[in-house]
Amino acid sequence: MNALKQYIDLFDETRALIESQSPDVLNTVRASAREQLETARLPRKGSEDYEATDLESVFAHDYGVNVNRLPFDADPGETFHCDVPNMSTCLYYSSNDAFHSSATAERNIGKVVVEPFSMAAFDYPELMNAYYGKLAKMSDPTVALNSLLVQDGLFIYVPDGVVAERPIQLVNIFNAALDMMVQRRLLIIVGKNASIRILACDHTQSPDYRYLNNQVIEIVAMQGSHVDYYDMEESTPKTSRVSSVYVDQHEGSNVLIDGITLINGFTRNNYHVEVNGEHAETHLLGMTIASGEQHVDSHTFISHNAPRCNSNEMFKYVLNDNAVGAFAGKILVKPNCPRVEAYQGNRNLCGAPTAKMYTKPQLEIYTDDVMCSHGSAVGQLDEEALFYMRTRGIGIDEARRLLMQAFVADVIDGVRLDALKDRLHYLVEKRFAGTLSNCAGCMAACKKS
Amino acid sequence: MKENEKPEKGNQIIEEAAQAEYKYGFVTDIDTEVIPKGLDEDVVRRISALKGEPDWLLEFRLKAYRHWLTLKAPTWGHVHVPEIDFQDISYYAAPRQKKPGEGPKEIDPELKKTFDKLGIPLEEQLRLSGMAVDAVMDSVSVKTTYRERLAELGVIFCSMSEAVKDYPDLVRKYLGKVVPYTDNFYAALNSAVFSDGSFVYIPKGVRCPMELSTYFRINAAQTGQFERTLIVADDDAYVSYLEGCTAPMRDENQLHAAIVEIIVEDRAEVKYSTVQNWYPGDKDGKGGIYNLVTKRGLCRGDHSKLSWTQVETGSAITWKYPSCVLKGDHSVGEFYSVALTNNWQEADTGTKMIHLGKNSTSTIVSKGISAGHSQNSYRGMVKIAPKATGCRNFTQCDSLLLSDTSGAHTFPVIEVGNDTSVVEHEATTSKINEDQIFYCNQRGIPTEDAVGLIVNGYAKEVMSKLPMEFAVEAQKLLSVSLEGAVG
Repeated sequence: MNALKQYIDLFDETRALIESQSPDVLNTVRASAREQLETARLPRKGSEDYEATDLESVFAHDYGVNVNRLPFDADPGETFHCDVPNMSTCLYYSSNDAFHSSATAERNIGKVVVEPFSMAAFDYPELMNAYYGKLAKMSDPTVALNSLLVQDGLFIYVPDGVVAERPIQLVNIFNAALDMMVQRRLLIIVGKNASIRILACDHTQSPDYRYLNNQVIEIVAMQGSHVDYYDMEESTPKTSRVSSVYVDQHEGSNVLIDGITLINGFTRNNYHVEVNGEHAETHLLGMTIASGEQHVDSHTFISHNAPRCNSNEMFKYVLNDNAVGAFAGKILVKPNCPRVEAYQGNRNLCGAPTAKMYTKPQLEIYTDDVMCSHGSAVGQLDEEALFYMRTRGIGIDEARRLLMQAFVADVIDGVRLDALKDRLHYLVEKRFAGTLSNCAGCMAACKKS
Repeated sequence: MKENEKPEKGNQIIEEAAQAEYKYGFVTDIDTEVIPKGLDEDVVRRISALKGEPDWLLEFRLKAYRHWLTLKAPTWGHVHVPEIDFQDISYYAAPRQKKPGEGPKEIDPELKKTFDKLGIPLEEQLRLSGMAVDAVMDSVSVKTTYRERLAELGVIFCSMSEAVKDYPDLVRKYLGKVVPYTDNFYAALNSAVFSDGSFVYIPKGVRCPMELSTYFRINAAQTGQFERTLIVADDDAYVSYLEGCTAPMRDENQLHAAIVEIIVEDRAEVKYSTVQNWYPGDKDGKGGIYNLVTKRGLCRGDHSKLSWTQVETGSAITWKYPSCVLKGDHSVGEFYSVALTNNWQEADTGTKMIHLGKNSTSTIVSKGISAGHSQNSYRGMVKIAPKATGCRNFTQCDSLLLSDTSGAHTFPVIEVGNDTSVVEHEATTSKINEDQIFYCNQRGIPTEDAVGLIVNGYAKEVMSKLPMEFAVEAQKLLSVSLEGAVG
């Protein structure tokens, strides 16, 4: 069986329509994606890098694809109102894969460019041509599928020297009256010595339908730039997502990527970072709180292609019920890259007999003068700590909750945005208490009107 | 200044190291019976016939051979095994005995010289060393010492071919039970053409009074060595088994694809130590042994214990994972490894700990040292089955890089299927701390000696697990292989 076939057939039937609705630069890449998919197969469970995850079965479901780009929602701004405590952001929405800006977006006007590909292709053709589809590896069939079907995306460009004071917030909303697959695509270019913080959160408005988000994000961090990308998933048990983030780091750049999964169905996150300049710094953080039948698989690859750069990874999982967690991380230090420091950590709490954790931390080092380490542990809450708290009159559930919160606290503390940090602590507390409902709030506390 | 000096010194020292001779590289001029190159069913039948095997074993070999034909050579390792022409290897080579049919009672003087050169105590004068030795040259076991004394206790220690004749029931009961011929490509090949090896059976309640040791030697050219070792420790038994290996220096690569199977019953303990020193090839990476081995132990009984200790310094390519299947409740698996690679050697080694029994525990300590242009990988798996509650694993794998052209890699896999088990994994990669070298220099210890000291200290945790007789040899090996490998 080949789950990709239905989508390839769909593309072949509607190729003319898709291409007529897309900018040329997308169509150029599309041709090579089509070629790639001719022989590609989605990885099955047990294949290399997919020990616990079966993509074939995720894509096998008969999802609808909005080839005609019919608008489903009049204005997502109407259904989601964001009230951001202590934090003012420039807010954008994407409804499925169509982008809308809000009134707050104007705050960044003149500094940061945020616009759909359809506009960017006219406004910044040289940037679009130079970077679109260049980082993402077409050898990954999910990237090829995204490139094949994508018709629009969001282009974020911070010109050289611009420091965006306000974070950009991107609220992704799923809303459809049928099972649906969307191809989200982001291209983020941060110029020399520029700085930007981006928050993205995923929500599903109609929990009765199955959604599949197959997204590809490309981030280019030029010399001396600062990029923070926070990604929070708070969807529904029927929502699946395959997310591939590709980063190209130049000299002295500083990139932080933080992936947080609170509620989801199936998630596979791929992070692929190429560190191409000296003194570049990479921070990859991840936190997963999973229960029920949630499945979260994170796969990271950091390639140090230049000397004197450093990276730091920490992924934490708290698994309960039948949840399945997987983490695979690889650090590569290429030859002639001395003085690289790379650390990778993966800590996991298994809270139920049926919860499963798979972990595969890897190092591949070809230079001698480096400091690299990885650590991985799977365990439970410390019985003695629990006992200690109970002797002081704290109930077992409360004690467990406190310890679990403390366990994930250092990942949250890695967030470089105070207001968001506070908000996350609050959301995690609610998540552990079981009172976090689907639209109780995105990371910036969205409230349904 | 310092940085400028370094490469020059490094080169000089590496040159010296490369010139450090592989001292086991001699060839014994002995009449050897070699069957023609090539592999087909007739060759399998011929090997079986030469050894006078019963039908069931021939059947086993043929089944393995037919299965092997359906397999492809694996390529997933972090090693570059060139395509091996399996028709260009001779699958059986035996030092010709002067009195055929009588069994190896009187050992050929040439052979004895060989083993004397290797320092193997085959003869009585070396009885003081207190080790029982089985010596395997090419495809056959040439001499086993101390058999009578061991027999008094009921311990069986003999070559595999003798075991097939003398204890067919035992062999039949256990052979292929831990590593079935369907396990992997090289296991299937070995099962089809395996020649000799050691068979050890320790009866219930017996604590083997001496170390058992097998010395493997490849001598004939253009042959492969496919030995098979089977160790069974019955209830409450204990045995410590050592394995050593060397081969002559030759320009062509030779294949060594062995299988080791170990079965540990209730409360029994097996300690398996290896000092692997096959010819590693010359300084340009020419020649050397391809060491592609399947080693696995089954801790079948409750409270059983299996401990692997290995010092890997030889072979052009080492690709092996001595593993423990911890089936019994409260069973214990241990893996201690030092893998040193120099010049163009490649090693991809590690272990698998499969926890099936409740409260089973395992410890993995792996130390990799890479010098020259070598590649050294740790690959391991710790798997806790859902029903194996209360399990515990601790893994530590450290890599030390002695040159900027070598590589060190770790690929561990951890799968935990329940909420009462604890698994920890730690790995570090770095070069020798310059502060430590500086400290030694300050006290008048030259850099090279300082490196030796630091590396020995680094590997000490594993070395201390080796039996005394081997620890000395291993330490010497490590210092020879390391000599001047400061980059």
